[in-house]
Order: sequence, then structure tokens, then C-alpha cells
Amino acid sequence: MCLAIPVKITSIEGKMGMGELGGVERKVSLMLLDEVKLGDYVLLHAGFAISKINAKEAQELLLLLGSMDEQPSE
Amino acid sequence: MKYLTEFRQKEPTERLVRRIHQLMEDIDREISLMEVCGTHTMAVFRYGITDLLPEELHLISGPGCPVCVTSNDYIDKAVAYAHQDKVIIATFGDMVKVPGSRSSLAQEASEGAQVKVVYSSLEAIKIAQRNPQKKVIFLGIGFETTAPTVAASILTASEEGISNYLVLSGHKIMPPAMQALVEDHQILIDGFLCPGHVSTITGSKIYEFLTRKYRIPCVVAGFEPLDILESIHLLLSQIKCGQAKVENEYRRAVTYQGNLKAQKLMDKVFEKRSTSWRGIAEIPGSGLKIRKEYSSFDAEVRVPVKVAKGREHPGCICGDILRGLKSPLNCSLFKTDCTPSNPVGACMVSSEGTCAAYYKYS
Repeated sequence: MCLAIPVKITSIEGKMGMGELGGVERKVSLMLLDEVKLGDYVLLHAGFAISKINAKEAQELLLLLGSMDEQPSE
Repeated sequence: MKYLTEFRQKEPTERLVRRIHQLMEDIDREISLMEVCGTHTMAVFRYGITDLLPEELHLISGPGCPVCVTSNDYIDKAVAYAHQDKVIIATFGDMVKVPGSRSSLAQEASEGAQVKVVYSSLEAIKIAQRNPQKKVIFLGIGFETTAPTVAASILTASEEGISNYLVLSGHKIMPPAMQALVEDHQILIDGFLCPGHVSTITGSKIYEFLTRKYRIPCVVAGFEPLDILESIHLLLSQIKCGQAKVENEYRRAVTYQGNLKAQKLMDKVFEKRSTSWRGIAEIPGSGLKIRKEYSSFDAEVRVPVKVAKGREHPGCICGDILRGLKSPLNCSLFKTDCTPSNPVGACMVSSEGTCAAYYKYS
């Protein structure tokens, strides 16, 4: 039940917006999150944006996992 | 799909699995990690993660499935409301089939009660607007992830003067339950995979007491296969070095402080109270009650109902499963008397219940 999916904000009107994932658009309430802009990715849970996705952090994790060597570092 | 498929790549997965095996060889003892959140349990099964792990490494499912830990008393109250005239019950889908002491909402609906499944509390408000002559009672279930959304719905109803929208709050918060599990010495937990979406709201700071007071390593984990494996890898690295700290693997969505706006709204509408967790105990300060200022939206205040003390099916071991003491395979009802189409216990009803996951994937 704590499922949340990343959607891209495609429109904003007051406290409501639309978010897109895989070509499907859904309504997103922006009541719980300040400063959401068009093009931002947010986590959508039960109709509400609950968190912004930080692109830099996502990239850093992927880089870390992609470049991890075979020997464990101490 | 962005922020999903990148975290399912094969090569980094294989590397992480090799590292986990190596760390387990170094640690050289049985290790039990608890994934607290039901959404993690489902991801672990869906992606076949247990098959990738060494035999001595056990992932045990915790109490983080809101439907599963909802007491029968709550279901019985919802059923009592469904019986009343001019009442519409609005609920997340998983609640409908949960058997209470005597009936379920599905059974009541088949006998004429009005039960509407909604995806969001905002849909329940729309139902209230379309049915001004009826009371719409929304079943507020869920942890810190969901409670702010329901708080927002109460504030919306208050601002827009929608007086026939009510909430039956069964909301719970995670830290007291995690503490109760740690203090229950029957359960040995070497580390926690902390619930990622709860943490988007609360921040990773709420787990610090577990590392300071109980010396249990904690990693806030995302929900894709690479997230879960990297979180296991981080936990094992801590265990190997004898450390206990809170690490945040899910930094793309979770910060140290969390979502302050959502915390503020949740705090404006709800206050803590003692509440009962199915199979665990009555845990002080682990439930959320609607504050007096918003009592006109509180179903328990506006439409009080009395129900007899809830009773559980005597053969159901949901409680032990929710505490990580037993697996569904230890239950005599599993796959015989208890199936997803005819569930006996809540852990089989919820799509993220441990029994439902075992039934579907093992």
C-alpha cells in the first residue's frame, strides 16, 4: 500500500497537476509538495505527489553501481 | 520507464549478488534482515531476490502491510457503518475482502451496502460532493506515506465546507512498531531494510534511535532490484565491520529531514494515540487519531458505533508471520482453507501481505 510511482509533471493548475508514466497520464495533487515545476519527476502515492525525485542522486547511485569493482573495499 | 528500468539492469545486479555472497562468507554466520515494508516484500518476491541470496541470509517480512496489521475491531466498525442507512463506505481496494470477526465489507456489499473502492481520498471527497444526503466514511488506513494524503483530504473538506465527508482513522506510524519488534527478544533482527516511501515523508532521521539505543544497522531502501540488493550489501558491510548506523540508499527520493510540508499537515490534523497491531500488541503512541479541531470529520466522534471485541480465526497465524516468527509455510490453513479468493487472514488478502506473496510466487 505504500506503493509510489515516478511520474513526470506535464501540467500544473493551482494545487493539481497531471503526471505521466509510460504514456499514461494521471491526476496529481500537489498539496503535499512545494515548488513543483513542469518537467519535474515526483513520486505519486494515492493521488498525491509525496516527494521530488533528485536526478543527481539517481545518477550517482547508477554510476556507483556501474563502476563497482570486483574486490570489496575495506 | 525513467527511474524504474535503470534500476533493473543485469550486470550491476550480478556484481552486487557476488559481493553479497562474499560478505556472507566473511561474516560466516546466519543473518536475518527484516524488510519492514509490505511493498518491499512484494518486490523481493516479484524479482526473485531470495533465489539470488546465500542460504544463510534470511529476509524476514515485517509488519509494514497496513491492511495486515489492521485489527479486527477496526474492520468490525467499518462493517457496522456499512450497515447504517445513508452511509457510503469509501476505501482502498485491499480492505474490502478482509474478513472481520463476523463479516467483511465485500459480504456487506453483496447484501446491499454501499462500498466504493477508491484510489485516493480525493475521490472519496468527490463521492461526498455527489451524495450530499449521505455520509461518506473513508477508511483511513496506512502509515506515514498515506496519512498526510488523508490529512490533506480532511483539510480540503474543511476548506470547501464538505460536511458529509468523514474519516475512520486506522492510521499507524512505524517507529514504535519497529521498537516493539526489537524489544521482543523472540525475534532476532541483524538489520532493517527501512521503508522507503514512509521515509520520503519522515526522513531517514526517524531510525536513528534504533542504531543508537539498540545497535541495529538500518538502511533506507528503494524498491527496484538494484535498490534492494544494494541496501542488503550496505547492511552486510555494516554487520561485517560491527557498525550500526542509518544509511540512505534511496537518496533520489528520501532526505534526512523528509517532506516537512507533509509532516506539518499530518501533525495539524492527527495526534498520536495507542493502537492495536494485529498479532503484535497494543503499542503506545503508534496510532493516529483525528485532532479535536477536526472532530467534525471524525467518524468515531460524529457517528459512534459500539462493536463487540473482535475475534480472530483460531488457526490463523498471521500474528506470528507479521512478527517474522513464522512463515506462511508453517500455517495449516495456507493454500488449503486460506487462499486469495477465500482468505482467512489479512496477510492473504492484501496484495502485499506475506501469505499472498508466498501464494503467488513460491
